[in-house]
Amino acid sequence: MSGQKKGSVAVVGAAESDLGQVAPHTSPADLMAQATRRALDDCGLKLSDIDGIFSATSQIRLSPLALAEYLGIKPSYFDGTIIGGSSFMTHVAHAQAAIEAGLCQVALIAYGSTQRTVSRSAASAREYNYYESPYKPFLPASAYALAASRHMHEFGTTREQLAEVAVAARKWALMNPVAWEKEPLTIEQVLKARMVSYPLTVRDCCLVTDGGGAIILTSAARAKTLKKKPVYVLGVGEALGHATISNMPKLTVTAAAESGPKAFKMAGIKPSDVDMLSLYDAFTITPILFLEDLGFCPKGEGGRFVSGGAIAPGGKLAVNTSGGGLSYNHPGMYGLLVLIEAVRQVRGECGQRQVKDCEITLAHGNGGVLSSQCTVLFGSDATL
Amino acid sequence: MQSLKEQSPLGIFIEHCKKGELAYQVCTDDNTPVFFPRAVAPKSGSTNLEWRVAKGTGTVHATTVVYTKDKPPHNVALIDLDEGFRLMSRVEDIDPMQVKIGMRVKVRIDPGDDKQPPYPVFVAAEGSAK
Repeated sequence: MSGQKKGSVAVVGAAESDLGQVAPHTSPADLMAQATRRALDDCGLKLSDIDGIFSATSQIRLSPLALAEYLGIKPSYFDGTIIGGSSFMTHVAHAQAAIEAGLCQVALIAYGSTQRTVSRSAASAREYNYYESPYKPFLPASAYALAASRHMHEFGTTREQLAEVAVAARKWALMNPVAWEKEPLTIEQVLKARMVSYPLTVRDCCLVTDGGGAIILTSAARAKTLKKKPVYVLGVGEALGHATISNMPKLTVTAAAESGPKAFKMAGIKPSDVDMLSLYDAFTITPILFLEDLGFCPKGEGGRFVSGGAIAPGGKLAVNTSGGGLSYNHPGMYGLLVLIEAVRQVRGECGQRQVKDCEITLAHGNGGVLSSQCTVLFGSDATL
Repeated sequence: MQSLKEQSPLGIFIEHCKKGELAYQVCTDDNTPVFFPRAVAPKSGSTNLEWRVAKGTGTVHATTVVYTKDKPPHNVALIDLDEGFRLMSRVEDIDPMQVKIGMRVKVRIDPGDDKQPPYPVFVAAEGSAK
């Protein structure tokens, strides 16, 4: 990403589609379009201003085609990179490159999923792999469970520490009106919940909801002329690790250890400059790994770092203020919603859960089975 | 290089399983073990891939127990073979929660059935501590 410049583009529009459970026969493209309409209203641009589209969903193989058709757009630039939940962070990086290169001026990134309505197996069919499928891992959960087993073995991480992540997410979710979960959660309840793939119980696993979202980016110059205060892209970093968990080089170190430093280098800042983190929390082990790999605590200390409500409201570091994939919403590839919360925190739009003086946020996406990692740093104009 | 019109890497792997063998490849350019079997070696890009049969002994690297409806929980583990490659498998004949990281294990081939060709699984090695 050496060619891209800090602050050259900004997010100007950001919106969720309807979340949770949508009406029968709603399509992922309906959700993309609804979120796009809302994101346009958010920034004051017209549909005809969009000349770059970026999308991914497991339910539509050729999603940029479907989105362009639905919206009646003939984009001058498009990208359907699909690498799991982090796809949308790569779309931000690619949109920035495209805008810088003059390939498009207004980029739309959109996502939609109806996985709750149509069932997970229908929304995201598993590919058969001779070297894994006969053993019946419950994927993706079992892959994350294997990584967790290794983290517990090497660093003494406990199930209680994993549960801390779920409890913190729930506390944040209770301050988010559109969060799926509405009831408090205790560590004890996480530990005693139905076991899915040891050491992960159902409460260590993300939700299965419908939903989607859209964000709109444009050049910094144009962003200044629009409705909301621009949220600048300060840094981006992308990294691929592996495809299958049996080929992950080291189960306790993700490729976030590469994507994070790339993003920080481009932004010219360090982890201690970040006011709020939006970390892809497919499972409770993932924020622990990302806090380590992104440089917020030493390797192996993630479990101890999150203990005692440290990432919950009032804790030492604001992580996943939306309630995360664990308690807010997780419509399959959740990365777009990870980005939206990080944008809203910089704008100061988060109401009761707003982080004070929030100028710099980090949105980190994870895809596959700890496979693809992409980090985006956002900042207000004060951070340029 | 072997023609993919004649035989595939997985096809050869399955043939070895049918003989009761766990096979893997070594890239002879840099002497690196390769698993899963491939037509081209990772990193080196070489097609000099030699098939070998593993001794079949290894160590549990990571482990989980999968809970499914209507069936008893089952083990899924990552096993590091002594030859220096890793694969997903399961450890059998033991309570799945008793499969521990660091445990020594030995391969055996599950015969499979009509739909599933033979594939490697593991049991605790003789004299394994747990």
